[in-house]
Amino acid sequence: MENKKQLYTVSIYTENNVGLLNRISAIFQRRKINIESINSSVSEIDGVSRWSIIVEVSKEQIRKIIGQIEKQVEVIRAFYHTDEETIYQESCLFKIKSDLLFEDLQIQNIIKKSHARIVMVNQEFFVLEKSGRKSEVELLYHELKPFGIMQFVRSGRIAVTKDQLKISTLLEAFNA
Amino acid sequence: METQILKEKRTVHKTKERITGCEAIVKCLLAEGVDVLYGYPGGTIMPAYDILHKCQDKIRHVLTRHEQGAAHAAQGYARISGKVGVAIATSGPGATNLVTGITDAHVDSTPMVCITGQVASHLLGSDAFQETDIVSISTPVTKWNHQITKASEIPEVIAKAFYIAKSGRPGPVLIDITKDAQFEEFDFEYEKCTGIRSYNPAPNVVTTAVQKAARLINDAEKPMIIWGQGVILGEAEEELKAVIEKTGIPAAWTILGASAIPTSHPLNVGMVGMHGNYAPNKLTNECDVLIAIGMRFDDRVTGDLATYAKQAKVIHFEIDPSEIDKNVKAHVAVLGNAKESLQRLLPLLTEKSYPKWHQQFKELYRIEFEKVIDKDLNPVKERLTMGEVLKEINTQSKGKAAIVSDVGQHQMIACRYAQFNETKSNITSGGLGTMGFALPAAVGAKMAAPERDVIAIIGDGGYQMTIQELGTILQTKVAVKIVVLNNDFLGMVRQWQQLFFDKRYASTELVNPDFVNIAKGYFIKAKRVTKRKELSASVKEMMEYRGPYFLEVSVEKEDNVFPMIPSGASVSEIRLS
Repeated sequence: MENKKQLYTVSIYTENNVGLLNRISAIFQRRKINIESINSSVSEIDGVSRWSIIVEVSKEQIRKIIGQIEKQVEVIRAFYHTDEETIYQESCLFKIKSDLLFEDLQIQNIIKKSHARIVMVNQEFFVLEKSGRKSEVELLYHELKPFGIMQFVRSGRIAVTKDQLKISTLLEAFNA
Repeated sequence: METQILKEKRTVHKTKERITGCEAIVKCLLAEGVDVLYGYPGGTIMPAYDILHKCQDKIRHVLTRHEQGAAHAAQGYARISGKVGVAIATSGPGATNLVTGITDAHVDSTPMVCITGQVASHLLGSDAFQETDIVSISTPVTKWNHQITKASEIPEVIAKAFYIAKSGRPGPVLIDITKDAQFEEFDFEYEKCTGIRSYNPAPNVVTTAVQKAARLINDAEKPMIIWGQGVILGEAEEELKAVIEKTGIPAAWTILGASAIPTSHPLNVGMVGMHGNYAPNKLTNECDVLIAIGMRFDDRVTGDLATYAKQAKVIHFEIDPSEIDKNVKAHVAVLGNAKESLQRLLPLLTEKSYPKWHQQFKELYRIEFEKVIDKDLNPVKERLTMGEVLKEINTQSKGKAAIVSDVGQHQMIACRYAQFNETKSNITSGGLGTMGFALPAAVGAKMAAPERDVIAIIGDGGYQMTIQELGTILQTKVAVKIVVLNNDFLGMVRQWQQLFFDKRYASTELVNPDFVNIAKGYFIKAKRVTKRKELSASVKEMMEYRGPYFLEVSVEKEDNVFPMIPSGASVSEIRLS
């Protein structure tokens, strides 16, 4: 089963330094692995960044890749998790013509049913925001597509793990 | 947003003084104990060169003839001394020319710090003259790299560079410094770096892992050790010797592990890998416990992984956690520095001997001797062999010389036949296989160890890749011995063409210049040997000569290096012809 490909969420805690994106993405590029999505943000620890990288690879590959990522000087720790081991979300924005909102009642039903949120409306267009799993976001996209979408954008996945990652303990040990 | 470069631990406070960035660079290098650096000046690094000129009495700058030569010279310096080698170059082409040497150092875990000049910070990203994004270019081939745009960053970054390059599994670090940062004045203070929070250079040795390893070793009936450069980098030569002498386990080495234990040691059973010795390769697939120490199961060592040591329990002593289970699955992994791991292993081992097992090694050696070694070292044919040149060098140098080899057939012959009595005596480009490595690396090695004989063994192909470094030898008078084993071919590629491409010698035959006259043009004493009867006296003359010496030996054109594990084949399928 080591060779079966599946989606993994790679979570990386790093120092917040210029050039680290290059260094980490190169690890995937070198193995010709496509990054499905990537997100970098602050983490629960001041001054420490957290990355969420989604890739479809085998367990054997991901294990080795984590080793290569952790080896980088500016990386504090790296982890990999399957979908079952994480709570994850994506977010998306739709820009749609405002006329539709008034002319076609069906679109209002779709918005209600999807638990999407209208972020802003003006005379020309309105912006709809939806968070959820990729499948939910995709469903909404397909439902809205026939009406005409002026712009669509989806964020990378962000995820927290069900188990503890104990980064703070690790950093405290350094300061001790 | 201002960010601290890396959260780090630093020691002692010193008083501040107001100096420029380029003065700071030199002060930092001096504080790190750098006595020599290799480089080439140019526009954006000129401020630093101006200070180097003023500090000639404290720090020596060696002008190479190409930045690649500077990088390889720094590598040679590092490999023979264990210290960090330093190379310096300008931006743009100066920086990109370093890349081959940086990559070589990365693959072969050589501690090196490269400093490159960069265009002034306001010009970054403007496609300015000689601007290149060397930080991006060097990212995948450096252990760490960083661009400095403010003088105040210089001490902190250089301190980290040296710490990172040398600690744990060593590697190259590149520091790119903009010209304005070199000119800028700031309050200088220097503190050595002693730790970085996101970086754990060497994992702690875990007692239970050492105990498990000891149990496996003590219970083994046919154990075998393969050691690599980790033993040399970790200065664990004595510890390894103690382990093999106590246990009587046959020990083989990878190309970069060569010389950690003397060649003549009775428990040293030779080199593993594609052109390694017959016995250790074959018996890798017969041992019951394979003890890998500071080596990384490179494909040139293992051949086909699916048939590699499948019968054996594998114990892997390794400082870099990412190497565990990367190529070969370890039943027991002992993480940590080789010296400490072996120190803790030794008392747990029982004294044993394996006469029947050793007999198997001896029998296979006998076969290899008859079919290969004897013909290489004691040839009866007219033309000289590379092997007999090595044999003559062994005799004349009494096995005390450091051998710096390039890449190809001569390299395999040098590693197979050189007698090593001292550690850090085999300097070669292993992982990257960089032709052109040897000549500049020998320059660096000789400068780091002037008391030693440093002999560069180079093929006629690789020699011409960095031949311009004869100029460096001329200018510095560094007393390297250069032996070019000339077969008028790119020999290793030709060998593959003969064996696997039906002798279609595509672009491997070289029309060579008069190498002796070229050396003489650089005022280097030079000689050509074509006949067996001249060999001994010529090698003697070279060894006795006090300055640099060039010796061209014209060897058999179409000799092959055997044994050989064909690419992708099993170690069991090693060929003797």
